Amino acid sequence: MPNITTPHELTDLRSKLAADAGKVTHTLAICNGTGCQASRSTPVVEALNEQLAEQGLKEKIRIRVTGCQGFCEQGPVVVVEPGDTFYCRVAPEDAAELVSSVSRGEVVERLLYQDPVSQQRMRTESDIPFFRSQERVLLGQNRRVDPCSIDDYIASGGYQALAKVMAGMEPESVIEEIKASGLRGRGGAGYPTGKKWESCRAAPGDIRYVICNADEGDPGAYMDRCVLEGNPHLVIEGMLIGAWAIGAQGGYIYVRKEYPLAVANARTAIAQAREYGLLGSNILGSGLSFDLEIARGGGAFVCGESTALMASIEGQVGDPSPKDVHTVEKGLWNRPTNLNNVETWANVPFIINNGAACFSAKGTEHSKGTKIFALTGRIKNTGLVEVPMGTTLRNIIFDIGGGATNGTAVKAVQTGGPSGGCLPASLFDLPVDFETLSEAGSMVGSGGMVVMDERTCMVDVAKYFLEFLQEESCGSCVPCRIGLSRMLEIVTDIAEGRGRLEQIDLLEELADTVAHTSLCGLGKTAPNPVLSTLRYFREEFLSHIQEQKCPAGVCRALTVYAIDPEKCDGCGVCLRGCPVGAISGAKKEPHVIDPDICTRCGICRSECKSDAIYVN
Amino acid sequence: MGAYAMEGLWNGRQKQPQQLIEVLLDVQERDGFCSEEALREISQELAVPLIEVWRVANFYQALSLKPRGKHLITVCLGTACHVRSAALLVEECFSRIRMETGDTSVDGLFTIEKVNCLGACALGPIVVLDGVYHHHMTPAKIRKLIKSVYKLEEETMSDAEYHNPA
Repeated sequence: MPNITTPHELTDLRSKLAADAGKVTHTLAICNGTGCQASRSTPVVEALNEQLAEQGLKEKIRIRVTGCQGFCEQGPVVVVEPGDTFYCRVAPEDAAELVSSVSRGEVVERLLYQDPVSQQRMRTESDIPFFRSQERVLLGQNRRVDPCSIDDYIASGGYQALAKVMAGMEPESVIEEIKASGLRGRGGAGYPTGKKWESCRAAPGDIRYVICNADEGDPGAYMDRCVLEGNPHLVIEGMLIGAWAIGAQGGYIYVRKEYPLAVANARTAIAQAREYGLLGSNILGSGLSFDLEIARGGGAFVCGESTALMASIEGQVGDPSPKDVHTVEKGLWNRPTNLNNVETWANVPFIINNGAACFSAKGTEHSKGTKIFALTGRIKNTGLVEVPMGTTLRNIIFDIGGGATNGTAVKAVQTGGPSGGCLPASLFDLPVDFETLSEAGSMVGSGGMVVMDERTCMVDVAKYFLEFLQEESCGSCVPCRIGLSRMLEIVTDIAEGRGRLEQIDLLEELADTVAHTSLCGLGKTAPNPVLSTLRYFREEFLSHIQEQKCPAGVCRALTVYAIDPEKCDGCGVCLRGCPVGAISGAKKEPHVIDPDICTRCGICRSECKSDAIYVN
Repeated sequence: MGAYAMEGLWNGRQKQPQQLIEVLLDVQERDGFCSEEALREISQELAVPLIEVWRVANFYQALSLKPRGKHLITVCLGTACHVRSAALLVEECFSRIRMETGDTSVDGLFTIEKVNCLGACALGPIVVLDGVYHHHMTPAKIRKLIKSVYKLEEETMSDAEYHNPA
């Protein structure tokens, strides 16, 4: 295996790999990320391999097993190169036909994406509405590489930015370039990356660290997983460039244990980079010595906060500490430490390769570049979406996401996870950038976008986030520990029909105290979900309190289910599904629910195929 | 401490307190939980006071101090799964499986674990059974999944074992 000692040798290796790649006529890029694995992509990979062997095409057609390609809803996904024919929902049984069609240069019509509106089959990503409005600067690279192959990454131009830096960029000019690009932290706060690097470089000390935050504790967000899992060398290259600019000798990738594939792929990538001499001493002959380690997180949301994260890497309980001294000065083991999010690091090689101006050409005045969002919830097209900063919510939710499922109306979108808020449909023309969303009472956060419709109760959403935050609060400071518990008690009262009007004022007062007096970012932003739902969906709170009604039919204490005899065809699905035996009725006859036995769990409503169960 | 073989786990980690969480996660992965015996040995090998080892093991949600059932059902309760009614899945599990007061079943076959997010949000609700991901779950689908495990256990175990699991 090659030990690359100069930028020149890296170029040679790239040419050699390109020559090797020229020997195959086609490549089948099959997504085997966590999402597609859930849709059983691994058997598809096996079946395709068997078919290549059986049809004697192993020399001509290559299979590239990739990380997440983004359109998770349609997985397993196979893209045929050249031509970029996009096949979705591929099953192992399709392998024979798919392989033989590729060798004949034909297209398997039935496996193409079918547009739900026009019913038209679409051949490539650029035809499909989900992809058409995106600009996939980072995500688009996932398809080009097998995350377990450093050769793939190098062949697709990887480590070129590192070589450029090593061959003639002073650390200061790297920092200037990042500053000029306007890149801001993708983890939530949006702090200017170049400025952070500069402070860390200037901080006194001999030993410095860089850390990649892949904790991604926000429920409903998974872009960091996909980037690290699908293209780990991109993150490593970004960190290497950062280490050069900052003067760091060591680094950590802090990744949550719940992402086993990301952990495994990052480990493999680090081992390969060491073998190739891209981690270790005197990297590319530059004199830079730098190595990386993986530290796994144990499933604590607070560990996404910088000081808690560093405590966790040190092997301790993840308690945050006061930030009177910043971590760029005294971080990991009290040494200057630069912490950036996965997506932030992943943007660095692009900026170095293409220049700051190319990066800042996209986006708004104060939010540059593209951002990846995890588009999920009650919407048609779910998956990862990468768009320029400043794209409107409407564009993301309707043009890319295809709008709500089953003809219901989209009511709100939750952005920024437990630190963010819920924005109503009337604000969907807002451009998504750091400032605009903050002003509206939410935040970009790490990029989760959970779409909610008429069947989502906003009181329940507020309660959900409070339960989450109260559970995840480390308990170090009083406002967060006690304040959140009190807020949860009040919202629970409202959800269960015991709410009083004056409690809304108390809720707002408590929220204000928690936001202003908590120790760390978790507590400071914790009231956002409640405040934003109160601001935009106050009438839902009022109907819970004054009318004892949950309009969405979610809050159990206020919900009575009934079966519409007109719609019920007596199939018996609800009867079998009911865990308490509250439903009765003869076969093919309308069924009835006994409200005295019914526990309002809603299982029957979720399973009814004729939409016959309604909230009374 | 000889009874508890942990060689391989230590590989260059001795007397390195910062490795505490990594070692605990490895033990959890191997044994399904962190036993008192393991905590004591970790304390000695890493030179971390036992109380600190316990504190850390107790703090992180991914670590369990109690033995777990033979099969682990993980239900994701992230926001995206929540708005697609993931809470019903937990309900369904608890109504179909006879549980102890905690989250492990009376027969020791199942542990039900709730997690904040598994990062497969686009396909929610997500349930993981023994490491295999299942997407777009409904109460009916999880019922089938549980049944399939019971059936498999009946086939592979003798009656005596099945009713008195070790």
